Amino acid sequence: MSALAVMLVAKLVHLAPVDLAIIVFYFVLVLAIGWYLRGISKTGEDFFLAGREMTAWVAGLSFLSANLGALELMGWAAASYQYGILAIHWYWIGAIPAMIFLGIVMMPFYYISKTHSVPGYLKLRFGESSRALSAICFAFMTVLMSGINMYAMALVMKVVLGWDIHFSIWVSSLTVAIYVALGGLRSAIFNEVLQFVLIWAGAMLIPILGLVEAGGWGPLKARIAQNASAEYTHVWSPLASFASNPMGIHWTGIVLGLGFVISFGYWTTDFLVVQRVLAAKDLRSAKMAPIIGAAFKMLVPFIVILPGLLGLALLPMKLTGETAAVASGGHSYNEVLPLMLARYCGPGLLGLGITALIAGFMSGMAGNVSAFTTVWTYDIYRALMKKNASDEHYVKMGRWTTILGVLISVGTAYLVMSFASIMDYVQALFSFFIAPLFGTVVLGMLWKRATGPGGFWGLLAGTLSSIGMWMWVKMDPAALRFVALSPHAKDMAENMYRALWSWIVCVVVTVLVSYMTQPKPESELTGLVYGATDIPHEGAIALYARPAFWAVIVGIGFVVLNIIFW
Amino acid sequence: MREVSISIWFFVGISLLVNGALILGAGVWEVIRPPENPPVLFHLHAGVWWGALLFAFGVFYSIYFAPRRKS
Repeated sequence: MSALAVMLVAKLVHLAPVDLAIIVFYFVLVLAIGWYLRGISKTGEDFFLAGREMTAWVAGLSFLSANLGALELMGWAAASYQYGILAIHWYWIGAIPAMIFLGIVMMPFYYISKTHSVPGYLKLRFGESSRALSAICFAFMTVLMSGINMYAMALVMKVVLGWDIHFSIWVSSLTVAIYVALGGLRSAIFNEVLQFVLIWAGAMLIPILGLVEAGGWGPLKARIAQNASAEYTHVWSPLASFASNPMGIHWTGIVLGLGFVISFGYWTTDFLVVQRVLAAKDLRSAKMAPIIGAAFKMLVPFIVILPGLLGLALLPMKLTGETAAVASGGHSYNEVLPLMLARYCGPGLLGLGITALIAGFMSGMAGNVSAFTTVWTYDIYRALMKKNASDEHYVKMGRWTTILGVLISVGTAYLVMSFASIMDYVQALFSFFIAPLFGTVVLGMLWKRATGPGGFWGLLAGTLSSIGMWMWVKMDPAALRFVALSPHAKDMAENMYRALWSWIVCVVVTVLVSYMTQPKPESELTGLVYGATDIPHEGAIALYARPAFWAVIVGIGFVVLNIIFW
Repeated sequence: MREVSISIWFFVGISLLVNGALILGAGVWEVIRPPENPPVLFHLHAGVWWGALLFAFGVFYSIYFAPRRKS
C-alpha cells in the first residue's frame, strides 16, 4: 500500500508539457475575453449589470458557475469522503427548492423594482439603514469567501503541482482582477460560462472511470460499506437520529435548517448569485435562469460527490483531517479530488482536470469580486460617501474597487490558512449573515405590513443572535445541546440549527417591531411587495416556453432522485 | 457604442477545440509509446476518445457561433 501511495504522490507532482500548455491556454483565453470586452463596459449599467442583456441560458449557467467555486469542487468532494452521500443534501434539498422559489416567486420583485443589488432592494423596501447593514455584512462576507477560494486553489496547486502557495494565490488573483476590472460583470459572466463548460469537461471523466473501476453503483456501495459504513450511501434513512449518521444531524436540521433557511437564504438573497440573474435581458429570462441553474445543479453531485465516494472505496490510503494529515505527512480529505484525478488521468487529461479546478476557483473568486464591487460602489460608496457623482465616476470606482477587493481577498486567504476545516468555517459565515437576511427579504416581499424599522431591527437581531450563539458554543462546548438540540451534533449540524434560530429571531423581531410602527402606504409598495404589484403576464406563449412548466419538471426530477437514493 | 459581435459560445468552442486537439494528440502519443507508470484503466485510452469528443464539439461550436459582420 505504501508503494502505491508513493507512486500516487509522484504522479501528483508531475505535469507534462501538454498539461502546462492547456493551463496556459486557459489563462490566455480568459484574459483575452476580458480584453475583448473592455470597450463594451463603459456605463454603470454595462459594468455592474452586464447591460441587462444576457439570455436565460447564459444567466442560468453563470448563476450556477459563480457558485461552483473552490468549496463546491474540493470541499464537497472532501465532505462526501468524510460524511458519505449525506453531502448531496447541499445540492438537492439545499438548493433545488430555493432556486425554483427564486425563479417563480421572488425574481419578479427583484426584476421589476429595477434594483441593481439585494441591498438596493432593501433600501427601496425598508429604507437606508437596512441597506447599509446588509451591504456592510455582505461586503465583509464576500471578501472572506473570496479569500477562501484563493486558499483552496493554492492548496490544490501545492498538492498537485508542487507550486508555491503564495505564487498560486497571486497569479490567480491578479488574473481575476484584470479580467473583471476590464469588462466588469459581463466579463465575469462570459468567463463563468466558459468555466462551467471546462469544469464539466475536465471533471466528468473521474466518475465515469471510477464507476468502471468499481464495477458500477452496486459494487461501489458494497466497497463503501466495507471501508466505512452502509449508511454512507443513503440520503435520508440515516437521519432518523443524531447518532445514526456520520454528520451527527437529525432530518429536521437538514429540512428546516439547510433546506429552508440556509438554502433559501443563500440562493435567493446572496447577491453573488442573484446578480447574475439580474443581468437577464427580460423578466421571462430572469425567471428561467434559476430554473436552468437548478436542472444542472441536480447533476453536479455526479462530478463532486461521486468522486468523494469513489475515493472512499478505491483509494489505497486513508485520508484524514487537515491537522492529522500535516502531522503524519499523509493526505487530507480536501485532497480527494486531485488524488482521484491523478489516479485516472494521463498527460492532457490531467491538464484539463487541473484547468477545471482552476476554472472553478476563478469563477467563484470572480463572482465574489464582481458582487463586492457592485455593493461597495452602489450601496456603500454612493449611498454613504458620495451621492451625486457622474456615472463615469462610479464605473471608475468600480474598476478600482475590483482591484482593491482582490487585494483584501489575498489578505483573507492568508488568514484562512490557519483554519482546519474550510467548509465548516464558511457554513458558520452563512448562518451569521445569510439566514437573517432571508427572513428580512422574504417578509419584505410577501408581507405588506412589514415596516422599515421592523426590517432593520429584525435583520440586526438575527445577525447578532447568530454570532452570539456561535460565541456561546465556542466558549462553552456544552452549549451545543441547546443550540443544536444534541451533544452529538457536529459542526455542520450546529450551523444548520444556528441558522434556523437566527432566522426565527429575525422574523419574530421584524413582526413585533412592524406591529409597533407605522406601515408604508400601499402606493409606495408598488413593484416591491406581493399583493401591491402587478406581475406582467407572459402572454400567449407555448407551454414549453413557460418558466413554471420547467419548474415543475425540475421539481419532479428532484423528488425522484431523493426517492431513488433514500 | 460597439456591439458585442462575438458570442460566448464561440469562445467556448475555441476552448474545446484547442483542448480537444491537445488531449487527443497526447492520447494517441501514449497509445504509440505507453508510459512507464500508466494511470489506472490506461487500457481504456480515455485521452483518445475524450479528446476526440471535445474536439468534435469544439469544431461545431466554433463554426456555428463564428463571429459575423453585422449589417
